Amino acid sequence: MKSIELRVNGTRRRVEADADRSLLSVLRDELELTGTHYGCGEGQCGACTVLVDGQPTRSCLTQAGAVEGRQITTIEGLEQNGRLHPVQEAFLEAGAMQCGYCIPGMIMTGAGLLRKNPHPTEPEILRAMEGNICRCGTYPRILAAMRRAATGERAQKGGSQ
Amino acid sequence: MSERPLDDTFIEPERYELAAGSAYHFELARRDFFKALGGGVLIVFTLRGAHAQQESGGGRRGSGGQVPQEVGAWLHIGEDGTVTVYTGKVEVGQDIRTSLAQAVAEDLRSPLASIRLVMGDTDLTPWDAGTFGSLTTRTMNPQLRKAAAAAREMLTDLAAAQLKVERSSLVVADGKITHPPTKQSLGFGQLTRGRKLMKTISGDFPLTPPEQWKVAGKSAPKANGRAIVTGKHEYASDLRLPGMLIGKVLRPAAFGATLASIETKEAESLSGVTVVRDGDFVGVAAPGEQLAARALAAIRAEWKTAPQPSGKELFDYLKKHQTGTQDSEDRSAQSGNSEPEWSAAHQTLERTYTVAYIAHAPLEPRAAVAEWKDGRLTVWTGTQRPFGVRGELAGAFRIPEDRVRVIVPDTGSGYGGKHTGEVAVEAARMAKAAGKPVRLVWTREEEFTWAYFRPAGVIEIKSGVSRDGLITGWEFHNYNSGSAGLRSVYAISKQRNIFHRTASPLRQGSYRALASTANHFAREVHIDELAASVKADPLEFRLKNLKDERLRAVLEAAAGAFGWGKSKAPAGHGCGIAGGFEKGGYVATCAEVAADRSSGKVKVVRVVTAFECGAIVNPDGLKNQIEGAIIQGIGGALFEAVEFADGKILNPRFSRYRVPRFSDVPALETVLLDRRDLPPAGAGECPIVALAPAVSNAIFDATGIRLRSLPMAPGGLKA
Repeated sequence: MKSIELRVNGTRRRVEADADRSLLSVLRDELELTGTHYGCGEGQCGACTVLVDGQPTRSCLTQAGAVEGRQITTIEGLEQNGRLHPVQEAFLEAGAMQCGYCIPGMIMTGAGLLRKNPHPTEPEILRAMEGNICRCGTYPRILAAMRRAATGERAQKGGSQ
Repeated sequence: MSERPLDDTFIEPERYELAAGSAYHFELARRDFFKALGGGVLIVFTLRGAHAQQESGGGRRGSGGQVPQEVGAWLHIGEDGTVTVYTGKVEVGQDIRTSLAQAVAEDLRSPLASIRLVMGDTDLTPWDAGTFGSLTTRTMNPQLRKAAAAAREMLTDLAAAQLKVERSSLVVADGKITHPPTKQSLGFGQLTRGRKLMKTISGDFPLTPPEQWKVAGKSAPKANGRAIVTGKHEYASDLRLPGMLIGKVLRPAAFGATLASIETKEAESLSGVTVVRDGDFVGVAAPGEQLAARALAAIRAEWKTAPQPSGKELFDYLKKHQTGTQDSEDRSAQSGNSEPEWSAAHQTLERTYTVAYIAHAPLEPRAAVAEWKDGRLTVWTGTQRPFGVRGELAGAFRIPEDRVRVIVPDTGSGYGGKHTGEVAVEAARMAKAAGKPVRLVWTREEEFTWAYFRPAGVIEIKSGVSRDGLITGWEFHNYNSGSAGLRSVYAISKQRNIFHRTASPLRQGSYRALASTANHFAREVHIDELAASVKADPLEFRLKNLKDERLRAVLEAAAGAFGWGKSKAPAGHGCGIAGGFEKGGYVATCAEVAADRSSGKVKVVRVVTAFECGAIVNPDGLKNQIEGAIIQGIGGALFEAVEFADGKILNPRFSRYRVPRFSDVPALETVLLDRRDLPPAGAGECPIVALAPAVSNAIFDATGIRLRSLPMAPGGLKA
């Protein structure tokens, strides 16, 4: 077994792991960053999404060795100095969650989109998020959260009623 | 009118997964726990004798008449003013952690932020049958409110004595008791002064009526929302214990297969790997995911398989393999039955409807971390029945229940699919063999294959209608789906509704709303067919045949918000309506679909749902549940189906089993009817039941194609 050096959430982390091991497994089991979730292992659900050099990436299909030296951001790395990322904030404000298991992957996908495209249109949001599954069906709230994050809008908590 | 009395101890026959298991429930010494609490006030709510659910071993009803006096919930107010509520219910996304806290805050007059819930821990919380049947709001909510009200009364007494003032001159609000004339004020935590005061209450205790609610009845954000959006919340699959191994299970080649031969030497030779073989169970545990996978792959096994029915013959099979209809234990198998009358009918209609097996596919697969220590077993696992799983573990390892502790971290959803404890038993078996803690997380394929499914079913309806549009006769047979929602919601004097049990080819069990989804689908599509046969508007036809005021109210509310009958749908679009009730809630759904006969494309473009479940505790949480049910319902309505042949699941992945995604989401509108004059009921299930028939009826309106099978368009519309 060789060791791999990963740059995760701004910190260099050296782990004992084979290069062909999935990034998901290394993040969860070696670095104890368990906010990145397993959902399917085939890149179909997006629960394991992290940012690699700012790009939303399925960590279950990514070999850890392939992302050595690149900037990896997980859900734990979005919050800066106790301040939530605007997408995290927007998910809270829109009440966009039920069981919450998919939410870190949703937020990473959304954060990746806004990084590249700060003012996405509705179809652009839909296209970016289509690969993420929320089995509880909170999609309308996630869309509302993304709209909110994209416009910088701050409305009252609890969504529309 | 209701489908049956709201009885917490009733277990529907289609909760097949609960029908097996140990029949024993051993009472634990609760006093030890009381000792562990610091000073303060402890209120214990006991269930009234005969009403208590007794067993925990996975059995659905114990034998014999011994029903122990059981504790429903307890609530502790510490000397720092912290309120801790203990309930055996679990949080799986339905947001009861929030709504139960609101209920307590309301009747205790304490800020929402001061309330913490300890849930689903068999050592710390009172026994509970499980989190299912939309029972939490209906039963746990009033229990906790009663405990909170009792605590408030007790604290008021203490304050009156301490301040030497009349009790009636005190005001209780915001976690404090104030005496306005002297402006003296005492926090809840300041009243007990090191004492431990305990009070046991049961039965009725006066509650704050919903009309006066201040905290309940208003939207509150999810209790642990911040932990969710920061990834800090630890699901069972995220937990890690020192020295923990990763487990993997060797699955049989097919359902019902038995081991013919096995070679494990190579796997055993890997350093650090434990191989467990116990009967047909084979598992490996290793210090790491990759090594465990390597060990599993190194095992050579041959399985003896037997022929099994396949999906293609499913509906014939169900009809030919009935196992009974007259189960005397089964109170709803034949509900409201009398010989239907056909002579008054202007015309009769006979139709058959089918529903496929579908999978819950919770995004967090079944997961457990098991640890044996000093002869005691502790398992952290995502289940809707912590005490049931405790019973399963005790049974599997032949140890008393008081040597097993099950802890349920807030879980990555369930939808009725996490009632059983296989993953807990498997992890515990491997942990026992390895002498170390073991974490087992089912793969998606295991989750799709080795869990249980929403039952498939065949439904046959014969009906008669008079010339002026009154339903004169009704005969309804459900094969295999179950009995929930079996009885017609319409005012038909002579009707017969029968549930036929069958030998299901696949393992099946509870799924959100149980058979109510299948039964409402068949009934509400059939009603549309009847309406069409007498050229009546579907809404008017329903209202003409309905007496239930609550159902009429939601139908009218949904139709009003939808603009039913106000304008013609655009070309290629159609509108449908359906309604019903389940688990104390009333729902009506109007759907608009875009359906193209030539391309076969069909999309639900707009859904309006009106819902009523008594007094609303958390309006935004309720709305979230309704939206989720509608979206989940679209999957079962249009494209979800478990395919199987020869004892194997053919589509056990998200790439082959399609679930609703962002692009499937219609414009949604939810109308909440808040009946503050009625006690609150749950909402996790009912809102799903009217979606599929509303969509079928809308497709008919758009295309003239009548779809009577769920899913309706897995490969698009077939003209």
